[in-house]
Amino acid sequence: MALLEVSAARKSFGALVVTDGVSLTVEEGEVHALIGPNGAGKSCLIGEISGELPLDAGEIRFGGERIDALPVHRRAAAGVKRAYQVPQFFPSLSAAGNVAVAEIARTRTAWQFWRRASTDTAQKFLASVNLQSSERRSAQLSHGEKRQLELAMALAGEPRLLLLDEPLAGLGSGESARMVELIASLKGRYAMLLVEHDVEAVFALADRISVLVAGRIIASGSSAEIRSNPDVRAAYLGSRH
Amino acid sequence: MRTRLIIVAVLGLIAALVPLLGEPYYTKLAARMAIFALAAVSLDLIVGYAGLVSFGHAAFFGLGCYAAGVLPLFGVQSAFVILPAAVLAAAAVGFVTGAISLRASGLYFIFITLAFAQMVFYIAQGMRPLSGDDGFRLPAPTTLGGLRLTDPNTLLYFMLALLALSTWVSVRITQSRFGQVIQAGRDNPMKLSAIGLSPYPYRLALYTYACALAGLAGAAYANLTEFVAPATMSWVLSGELLFMVILGAVGTLTGAIIGAVVFVGLEQVLSAYTEHWLFPLGVILVLRVLLWPSSK
Amino acid sequence: MTAALLLEQGFNGLQFGLVLFLMAIGVSLAFGVMNVINLAHGSMLMLGAYFIAAATVRTPSVAVAFIVAMAAVAILAALLELAILRPLYARGHLDQVLATFGASIALNEAVIMIWGREPMFISPPPWLEGFVRIAPGLDYSVYRLAISGVAIAAGIGLFVLLSRTRLGMQIRAGAEKREVIAGLGVNIRVLFTAVFVISALLAALAGIMLGPLLAVQSGMGDSLLILALAVAVIGGVDSLKGALVASLIVGLVDTYGRMFWPQVLGDVAGNIMANAAVYVLMAIVIAWRPSGLFGRQHAH
Repeated sequence: MALLEVSAARKSFGALVVTDGVSLTVEEGEVHALIGPNGAGKSCLIGEISGELPLDAGEIRFGGERIDALPVHRRAAAGVKRAYQVPQFFPSLSAAGNVAVAEIARTRTAWQFWRRASTDTAQKFLASVNLQSSERRSAQLSHGEKRQLELAMALAGEPRLLLLDEPLAGLGSGESARMVELIASLKGRYAMLLVEHDVEAVFALADRISVLVAGRIIASGSSAEIRSNPDVRAAYLGSRH
Repeated sequence: MRTRLIIVAVLGLIAALVPLLGEPYYTKLAARMAIFALAAVSLDLIVGYAGLVSFGHAAFFGLGCYAAGVLPLFGVQSAFVILPAAVLAAAAVGFVTGAISLRASGLYFIFITLAFAQMVFYIAQGMRPLSGDDGFRLPAPTTLGGLRLTDPNTLLYFMLALLALSTWVSVRITQSRFGQVIQAGRDNPMKLSAIGLSPYPYRLALYTYACALAGLAGAAYANLTEFVAPATMSWVLSGELLFMVILGAVGTLTGAIIGAVVFVGLEQVLSAYTEHWLFPLGVILVLRVLLWPSSK
Repeated sequence: MTAALLLEQGFNGLQFGLVLFLMAIGVSLAFGVMNVINLAHGSMLMLGAYFIAAATVRTPSVAVAFIVAMAAVAILAALLELAILRPLYARGHLDQVLATFGASIALNEAVIMIWGREPMFISPPPWLEGFVRIAPGLDYSVYRLAISGVAIAAGIGLFVLLSRTRLGMQIRAGAEKREVIAGLGVNIRVLFTAVFVISALLAALAGIMLGPLLAVQSGMGDSLLILALAVAVIGGVDSLKGALVASLIVGLVDTYGRMFWPQVLGDVAGNIMANAAVYVLMAIVIAWRPSGLFGRQHAH
């Protein structure tokens, strides 16, 4: 049984069909990448799995249980953690403060009213993503640091499945390489559904790749299979490969 | 942060010394400042920490006022019954209205809190046996042991102690894990859900607590003015409470205390100059908002 | 409880609802197009009533007084928009709420400073006095019918403006996607001022018409504004259709309620319930649909 099973998912906005009968799975510990042209519906699909976009039809199972009727926070509590295209975090708190909130969520200790919240245990998660801790408001972090922070928060939540929505977007080449290394270091420990445009990074990281075009999966397989698939080359990769 | 704390401590010290002047007018003025400081602190929890603009906070202040005014009609005067009753009344109405209001997004929340407060106001106004629109005299003072809270000195010291205690408790709450979750929910409620926590139950808990504090302040207010009126629930008072919060620094609690002191002081100064002091007050409020952006 | 009485209250309810609609339009337009909350909206109603009262003292012609009053409100509204609202479009709701609240306090006191604390009473124009038989056993006030008529006309006028004119198209586009119309070369500033003045004129119209029915006094528009906010919540804040439906429902619920509740619950409790009923309705609607009946889902 796969960790994540999406079956025949459908979603439309009025006349616009963004997800057209998509089925895919993510196994424990695998990196399953999702690529496709702009507007293919990749971010929408991520949103349907995380719960921000309710499905019109179809099922999503996580660890065997149906989650498609659950609200966002329940899916997150079950282990589905999402990182966003535009990094989402809590700007008025420090980096450690952000991670501490993720830990509070994981340990279900949010109803403590009296004892001062500490950020000691948050440090190790910041270290694991190579982010320095400081007292500064996290709003002042650079774009790359914000991405690292988001990842640290996701890890602090002890995820079972990471939904990474274009983690390399907006990063310079050095930062990009470091992010790829970081994701590579997490391989095997966490299952990941990775949406990315950077095809080189995808081929380097992914165990499996699915190609989404106009809301439908047109191909799915190993990097070698995808590279040589004529439909994929026509729809997406073009004449580069 | 430190500066504000020092200012508040100094203000508290001055207030504690005011009775030595032997002028009940000034003692009552200081008590008035302390009462509104407590109300402003409670509103700052909602506005500054949870990031929700409530335009109906006066309703809970007024509920506390009515608790102190109605219970004596049933022969109850002890503060040990009246104060918990004020807290309970404000908290219960706060919980029910909050449970509904918090389901709505930011803008709707403002409108709904305003509407609920108006409803409470109309209910109070409609209680004609209690002399409806204008209100009624406090039937009997709230008693604390052998002391009466209508006595200015007693009221002042009671309020200073209550304010200090409530502010300390509230500060601790904001620094706890619960407080961190609340502030995260203010910054980015979508992200809070995405890491596994729904903002709703925590906001509701904080809202209820804040309403309870406002109820306490209201009960004291009934003893200050020795009068119980629907005007304590008016939307105008709700707006004035918000004004006090932003006069200080939003989201600091001690700032709200300072803001309340400044506001009450401003009211006093302006009303000494003209009977139409609401006009310059309104203008000052507009100017304050235009010239200094608040953090929201 | 006669049929005539029920019918009369029905007319009253519709009339009240239509007047509420005039106020609620202002709320919807202000929020839908400009994303702004304006608590001084009730002051526009009050100023309409005061200006017509002051004008009718100076001139016997109702038409002239009407034009003068509306023009005065339009000018004042434009000044208000320029001076207070414009700097606040980019700020959050807290600032907008407080600044417009401050303005309404100042305006409420200003009318007292100019015209005193005593409520003013104005009468409807002579050609609108009297009653007309609209059903067997029911003589209905001509003036009240006129109010409903004017409100309906204003609603139709607004509809025509929004759907047939260039300004209206810009307003509707602005309600959909603010960023887009800026890119299309529309002068946003002028557009916003126009929307604000239109809303204020509708509120002033309500005030002018209500003047003879209520007493003209400071703060007279505020309770109606809060009711209009509740209406906007019920209907969906950015939906004009929602505002219309909700206004009529609220008008009928309120009017029939005032007749009905005291009969069921007795005098005191009935009066209280009659006052609270609309807000209870609002609570029920929000619990069921957090964005109102016709509102679009807003993300937090």
